[in-house]
Amino acid sequence: MSNVIGIGAAPRRKEDFRFLTGRGNYVADIKRVDMTFGVFIRSQHSHAVIRGIDKAPALALPGIQAVLTGDDVAADGLGSLPCGWGIHGSDGLPMKEPPFPMLAQGKVRFVGDMVAFVIADTLELARAAAEAVVIDYEVLPSVVGVLEAVRPGAPQLFDDVPNNLCCDWELGDKVAVATAFKKAAHVARLSLVNNRLIGNPMEPRAAVAEYNGGTGHYTLWTTSQFPHVVRFLMSALVLKIPEQKMRVVAPDVGGGFGVKQFHYGEEAVITWAAKRVGRPIKWVADRSEGFISDRHGRDHVTEAELALDQNGKFLALKVVTLANMGGYLSTFGPNIPTNLYGPLLSGVYTTPAIYCNVKVIFTNTVPVDAYRGAGRPEATFVVERLVDVAAKEMGIDRVELRRRNIIAKESYPYQTPVLVEYDSGDPMGCLEGALAEADVAGFAQRKAASERDGKFRGLGYSTYVEACGLAPSRFAGRLGARGGLYESATVRVHPTGQVTVLIGTHNHGQGHETTFAQIVSEKLGVAFDNVDIVFGDTDRVQFGMGTYGSRSLVVGGAALSKASDKVVLKGKKIAAHLLEASEHDIQFEAGVFSVAGTDRSKTFQEIAGAAYVPHDYPLEILEPGLEEQAYYDPVNFTYPGGCHIAEVEIDPETGIVTLEKYTAVDDVGTVINPMIVEGQLHGGIVQGVGQALYENAVYDDVSGQLLSGSFMDYTMPRADHLPNMTIKTHSTLCTHTPMGVKGCGEVGTIGSPAAVINSVVDALSHLGVLHVDMPATPNRIWRVIQDATMPRAAE
Amino acid sequence: MRSFAFHRPTTLYEMSALLGGVADSMPLAGGMTLLPTIKQRLAAPAALIDLSNIPQLHGISAQADVLTVGAMTRHVDVAESELVRSKIPLLASLAAGIGDPAVRNRGTIGGSVANNDPSADYPAAVLALDATVVTDRREIAAVAFFRGLFETALEPGEIITAVRFPVPSAGGYAKFKSPASRYAVVGVCVAKKAGKVRVAVTGAGPGVFRVAVMEAALERTFTPDAIAAIKLGAENLSSDIHADAEYRAHLVTVMAKAAVKSALQTS
Repeated sequence: MSNVIGIGAAPRRKEDFRFLTGRGNYVADIKRVDMTFGVFIRSQHSHAVIRGIDKAPALALPGIQAVLTGDDVAADGLGSLPCGWGIHGSDGLPMKEPPFPMLAQGKVRFVGDMVAFVIADTLELARAAAEAVVIDYEVLPSVVGVLEAVRPGAPQLFDDVPNNLCCDWELGDKVAVATAFKKAAHVARLSLVNNRLIGNPMEPRAAVAEYNGGTGHYTLWTTSQFPHVVRFLMSALVLKIPEQKMRVVAPDVGGGFGVKQFHYGEEAVITWAAKRVGRPIKWVADRSEGFISDRHGRDHVTEAELALDQNGKFLALKVVTLANMGGYLSTFGPNIPTNLYGPLLSGVYTTPAIYCNVKVIFTNTVPVDAYRGAGRPEATFVVERLVDVAAKEMGIDRVELRRRNIIAKESYPYQTPVLVEYDSGDPMGCLEGALAEADVAGFAQRKAASERDGKFRGLGYSTYVEACGLAPSRFAGRLGARGGLYESATVRVHPTGQVTVLIGTHNHGQGHETTFAQIVSEKLGVAFDNVDIVFGDTDRVQFGMGTYGSRSLVVGGAALSKASDKVVLKGKKIAAHLLEASEHDIQFEAGVFSVAGTDRSKTFQEIAGAAYVPHDYPLEILEPGLEEQAYYDPVNFTYPGGCHIAEVEIDPETGIVTLEKYTAVDDVGTVINPMIVEGQLHGGIVQGVGQALYENAVYDDVSGQLLSGSFMDYTMPRADHLPNMTIKTHSTLCTHTPMGVKGCGEVGTIGSPAAVINSVVDALSHLGVLHVDMPATPNRIWRVIQDATMPRAAE
Repeated sequence: MRSFAFHRPTTLYEMSALLGGVADSMPLAGGMTLLPTIKQRLAAPAALIDLSNIPQLHGISAQADVLTVGAMTRHVDVAESELVRSKIPLLASLAAGIGDPAVRNRGTIGGSVANNDPSADYPAAVLALDATVVTDRREIAAVAFFRGLFETALEPGEIITAVRFPVPSAGGYAKFKSPASRYAVVGVCVAKKAGKVRVAVTGAGPGVFRVAVMEAALERTFTPDAIAAIKLGAENLSSDIHADAEYRAHLVTVMAKAAVKSALQTS
């Protein structure tokens, strides 16, 4: 059939027409009859006892509907926000899991913690009423940094969590690592900080909730990356309402980056409140509210050591990390710095022994959870920085040291010493490709030119791998996952032969409506324009785990591929009947069912018609209709990776770092739509550059206030911070996903921070600088140069 | 945002009457600071007196060696004015570097000078160029106008109508901008006229200030090298998450040198 746009094509994105013409439908666009407006009162203190809440002045105001507090939550017997992962410590004991109430119970534990929900007829009245509520706090000392939180005498967030230690987790062979270190010719050591980040999707979080007193049904519209999971967690564990009476809709969502893949207290509170008030309620976060309530990312303090033999072969790696969890355990919180971090420490190298210890720690800060890359950028940063330090100390070229340790293409599948088995890859091929694309040969000349201008120039490499396509459920279950991680898709062929796909992933910028339509167009031979993708509504889509962890194409796309195959299989049965041939003789190609070796055939459209008008149809053996569903649970993670090369220029007078060139050659497996892959890489790299050079969530040590609480102080990367980038793919096929895909949503963010910082350190290497923490701001770089060039006064 | 009354006078007389007569009213220029403040409920005036429709507050003109910029002239208009570019190029380039395009399309010189944000760009130029701030009541010399953090010589209800800049023989402005807000972490304006030099610094401290030792050095030799060795002490300078005081002190010298270099190139 004509107008097939299949795998490998780059059509314009289907979804962009509505976005670019202002016809998207976001949560904030939703209006319901008789709708009220809600405002959350958030703690202004980082740590305090709530001595009392006086609602009376607010309740006396006009238009007020309700003021709900933690006491009301307790009186209704509601649950607390669940954590989706239960990890165990090295002592075999489960992590400490204090309750995370949807509205604070007795105590607040971070600035932004929710204390009350105020509902009124208009937003202005709700805001005025929120200001009128009087809260009596007894302020307590607080702690925001992990190093301080584990010190003796540090303020304690929870009475039953000594030393604020949630879990002391470990992975790997401690004895083998210790033995290898004894034999080492050289040990490279590094202390580093992985800076805390705030995701800041363009669309702030929002929710609208409605209760139907006639049927007992609730509807929640929410800015979520995984509406089915929200429905399950909220109905079964928090609000305890029948799951079939709960509908969760995540319509158009303006960016997520992980920030919207958690079940937030706001969702539960507004749904509960909608029934209490008896009218629909809308809440839309403003930007300031997002800064202190969207889950944050990263925030590690790490000590790492790499043992090498005299030839530079890696013998063993040891990593000890303190990971900040914030004030409570968020949905995936404890999983990120453990299971998504430790297994990635093998990188693309043949390191035979690895040991990782992570102390997961509570502090008086916004809860920390997954942010694009989630654990894997942190691991990559440790490994790739340490490789550079080792190369410098041993006098071995950085690229050469990588070549000596990279896993050879023919060694795949490759079992690492930290749980995972890489199915496929060619890191050396990516490295060689990137060296050529980045014109590394011409670097010396460019460096000399910079030096003539009084500037320093540096080149930085990151050869990395990630584990994505989350996740094989059985494997994840062993690691502590409390849910499955499969995906589902339904291919609904209409009588016309046109197709609606119902899929459990969620599209919030990734172009799924285009990519998935290409898969169906290719597999069923139907026109690209005749395929629509439906997602984000628990009443329309059967089930789904949602979108995160670069899983949508890898897991969701696989389910879609399987469901499409089932449609073809049934189509063959129908065609066999109509063509009076054996099912086994029916071929399907380019949208046509034919009898092998004959000119007898039926189009896909004719078969669809026959399925819905079954006058001439094998009703004895086959049901009418043409709709197939598949669930797909991956057998392994996928392992995209590649080589990124950054080139920076530093002005030593101001400390300003300018990213001059950026080259990425990535292995993402089969590319469905190269334009979308390039866009995903581009955006991911920008976020990684943001972490490396600009972004930093900073808390005041004493007050626990977020000092970088607006775009005036939190530096988002902007267009004028970035050069044009060279983005290429060098793909090997994944051996276990149906189409050979590996996913590309996070690779940019995972590979780039190390590449950028390695280039910064390279530019400063003539001063003896071995490491610079992120973000490499002008002030920090200037200070590093001062410290390196000025003799320190005797102390 | 709470509801408020909105007035848009067309004459200075009407404006003064409203500002004096309407209780709890505030004048609105470009609104780049006031409107976010109201939105965040940190200010709640009962009425806003919008100054945008008063013809006397608009426009750029030049007489002999004085350039006059109306208080409600937007940054974009100063940046793109051929008259400003020919008379005082530093002023045009300063305006072109304020905030982002949205800010430049709304923000005004009068609003910026009256607000006296310690990181704003204009105060450095007003002070270095020895400008006169003209109000609806009087004329105030720049040296007497700025009084530290958000403080000026303006009295309640007093409105800036224009800023008069003497045309210098040479001048330049160099700014180290915050990568987040684009405000000046340190901005230095250098201007030379009739053998006298003024060096004004914004962003570095609680308010715009002059650096006498640099002025003296530049009066002897107007070159970047003349001030390269002059280091400010960090004692009275600002420190925040973007720049500590010592770094700011260093940047004052770096930006001053760049401003002199720019002055030499454009004069």
